Amino acid sequence: MRFDHRHLLGIEALRPDEIVTLLDLADRYVALGRQQEKHASLLTGRTQINMFFETSTRTQASFELAGKRMGADVMSMAMQASSIKKGETLIDTALTLNAMHPDLLIVRHPHSGAVALLAQKVNCAVINAGDGRHEHPTQALLDALTIRRRKGRLHRLTVAICGDIAHSRVARSNILLLHKLENRVRLVGPPTLLPSGIEDFGVEVTHDMREGLADADVVMMLRLQKERMDGGFIPSEREYYHRYGLDAEKLAHAKEDAIVMHPGPMNRGVEIDGTLADDINRSVIQEQVEMGVAVRMAAMDLLARNLRARPTEVMA
Amino acid sequence: MTPVLIANARLIDPEAGEVREGAVLIEDGRIAEVFDTPAPDVSEDRVPAKARRDARGKCLAPGIVDIGVKVCEPGERHKESYKTAGDAAAAGGVTTMVTRPDTDPAIDTPETLEFIRRRAVEASLVHVLPMAALTKGRQGREMTEIGFLMDAGAVAFSDCDHVVRDTKVLTRAMTYAAGLGALIVGHPQEPILSDGGAATSGKFASLRGLPTVSPMAERMGLDRDIALVEMTGARYHADQVTAARALPPLERAKRNGFDVTAATSMHHLTLNEMDLADYRTFFKVKPPLRSEDDRQAVIEAVKTGLIDIVSSMHTPQDEESKRLPFEEAASGAVGLETMLPVLLRLYHSGDLPLPVLFRALSLNPARRLGLEAGRIARGAPADLVLFDPDKPFVLDRFKLRSKSKNTPFDGARLQGKVIATFVAGSAVYEAD
Repeated sequence: MRFDHRHLLGIEALRPDEIVTLLDLADRYVALGRQQEKHASLLTGRTQINMFFETSTRTQASFELAGKRMGADVMSMAMQASSIKKGETLIDTALTLNAMHPDLLIVRHPHSGAVALLAQKVNCAVINAGDGRHEHPTQALLDALTIRRRKGRLHRLTVAICGDIAHSRVARSNILLLHKLENRVRLVGPPTLLPSGIEDFGVEVTHDMREGLADADVVMMLRLQKERMDGGFIPSEREYYHRYGLDAEKLAHAKEDAIVMHPGPMNRGVEIDGTLADDINRSVIQEQVEMGVAVRMAAMDLLARNLRARPTEVMA
Repeated sequence: MTPVLIANARLIDPEAGEVREGAVLIEDGRIAEVFDTPAPDVSEDRVPAKARRDARGKCLAPGIVDIGVKVCEPGERHKESYKTAGDAAAAGGVTTMVTRPDTDPAIDTPETLEFIRRRAVEASLVHVLPMAALTKGRQGREMTEIGFLMDAGAVAFSDCDHVVRDTKVLTRAMTYAAGLGALIVGHPQEPILSDGGAATSGKFASLRGLPTVSPMAERMGLDRDIALVEMTGARYHADQVTAARALPPLERAKRNGFDVTAATSMHHLTLNEMDLADYRTFFKVKPPLRSEDDRQAVIEAVKTGLIDIVSSMHTPQDEESKRLPFEEAASGAVGLETMLPVLLRLYHSGDLPLPVLFRALSLNPARRLGLEAGRIARGAPADLVLFDPDKPFVLDRFKLRSKSKNTPFDGARLQGKVIATFVAGSAVYEAD
C-alpha cells in the first residue's frame, strides 16, 4: 500500500491505486463508526484545525467528528468572522496558524487554488475541504465509497451528474475520480450551467434529463445555489424543476436499480423531488453522510502516517 | 559631443526589411551616416580612435519604442519610479517609454502631466512620452481636456483597462479627439462580458475552476471601437489584440482604410493559458493568456504586419498584490528589461526574422506617434540598441532593475542580451 502525499488538495494528483487504498481503509472506518466504541487512537496528541473561509455546517461537522474519532484535538475556526475582516492576507493567516504547530489543517476557501497556496506555506498536512469551483476531494471520495458499497464495484458504471456543473467543485472532483477508475460520465444540465470547454473533458454532455439518465447506474444531483436561480442562469425555479428536477418519471429512464445521490444540502422541489429523496430504496443521501466521516478518517489516517515519516520538515 | 563610430555591426534595418553588415556614424545625437561596409574609411580627424567602437559583428537595431509602459508615479512609487523604469528600459534596449495614465491619481489634467514630465526628465535615462487619460479619473463619464493635454505633451489618450462602458461618452470623446487629430488608444474588451474574468474560457480554466472570459469579448470590444472609428473619424490604436477571433475585424478595418493600428503584448506572443499551471499569479495578465491556437495566430499577424506593434505592457506589481489566491491577485507583469530577450525566442524559433521584430518594436510604434526614431537612416535620432542575439542566460528576477520583480520568466532560459543602449547618441547602458 502506498500513499505518498503530504496533502490532499485534489483528486487530480491521486493515482487510481491510491484512491482504492483510501477507500479500502475507509471501509474499515465505516465498521468502526457502527460500533458502540467508535474511537481510534491514531491521531492522539495531534492537533487538527478546521479553517472554513466559507460557511459550512455539514462538511465542517463531518471533519470535526472524524478528527475526534481519531483521537485528535480538534479546533474549528469560523474564518469569515475573524482575521479576514481585519484585512489579514491568507498567507499571513497561514503563517500565524503554522506557528501553533498544528498537524492537520482542514481548509475551505471561496477562491479556486487558495488551499494549494496556503499549503505551500505550512509545515503540516492540509486537506482541501473545497476551494472555489476547483476541487472538493473528500466529497468525491465519499461518493465513490457510497457507489462502491452499493454497486459492488467502481468501474464500468454509467454515472449521470446533473445540474449546476459550471459552479460545482463537487462535479469537477467527481469527474476526475470517476474517469481515473474507468467509468462513463454523463453531464446533464442547461447550457448556462455547463463550464466552457466541456466538449474537451472526455465526457458525454446532454441538455436533456431523460437522455442523460438513460441506462445510468448512478444519478448524482447537484445543489443549485439560490443566487443562481432567478433569471441569471436559468429563467425560474419552476422551469428548472420541470426540466432538470429529478422525479420518479425522469428516474424511470435510468436503470431499475440506479441509485440517487446528492451532496447536500438539498433544495427539495428545485433539483430533486422530496419523496424521491426520502425513498430508501433509491436514495443513498443519508448513507453519503455516513461515508463522509469514514472517508475523512481514512484521509487523515493516511496523511498522518506520512507526517510521522517526516516530522521535522522546515519550511523554506 | 564628439562623434562616435560603431563599426563592424550587423545592422537590423526594419525599413528596408533586411539585415546587412555595416557601420553607423553618430554626430550631435543623430545618425550622420550609415555605411554599407563594416569598416568604413573615416578620417581620424572626424572620429578619433577612442570614439570608435567595434561591434564585433553583433546586431545594431533602432531602439525600442514601447507603447503602454506603466510607471507608478504618481501614487505607487514603491512599485516603480521614473528612475527604476528608466534604468530597466535602458538595460532592455528600450529608448522611448510611452507611459500609461492609469496611475493613482490618473494622469488626466495638464498639471499632473507636467509633474510627471518633470519627474521623467530628471530621473529617466531614456525618452519618456506620456499618454493621458481619455476621461476624467478614467471613470468613463466626462472627457479630459484633450486639447490642453496635447499642448502639455500627451502623445495619445487612453483609459487603459478601464474600458469606457458608456458608448455615448466614448463617441463624443472620439469625435472631439478626431477634431484635434489626437490618437486614441483603446483596450478592446466588451466591458461587461469581461468583468471578473481571470482566465480564458476553455477546458484548462474550467478544470481549475477559475472565472473565465471568452476571447469573443475582445472581438466585440474591437468591433465596437472600429464602428466608432468609422463614425467619428478618430485615429485609433488597439493596445492589445490577443485572440485569433479579433483578427478578421482588424483586417477589414485596415482594408477599408480606417486609421486603425493594433499592438499585442510580449506575453501573449510567448506564453499561453497552460502556463498558468497551478495558479501561478505572475502569469496573470490582462487580457488573460490565450490558447496556443490564438498565440500562433497572433505571431502570424505580427509577421504579416496585420498587428503593427509589439509592446511590453510593463505593469509593476509588488509581492503582496501577487501573493494571493489567483482570482484576487493583481494583473500584469514587468517587461521593459525582459522584452527583447523574451521575443528573441520567436527569432530563434524561426517565427519572426529580426527586421520584422524591430518593425513591430521600433519602426511602427515610432511612426504611429509621428516620431523620427525607429530607423537606421541618415538623419534619424541615434536611439540604438546593440545586442548579441545568441548569448544564453537564465533570468533571475531579483536582478531586474525594476522595483517590482513580477516577471513570469523567472528561471527561464533565454538567448540574447543587450550589450549597449544609446539614447540620442549617448550610451545609457553598457553591459558588464
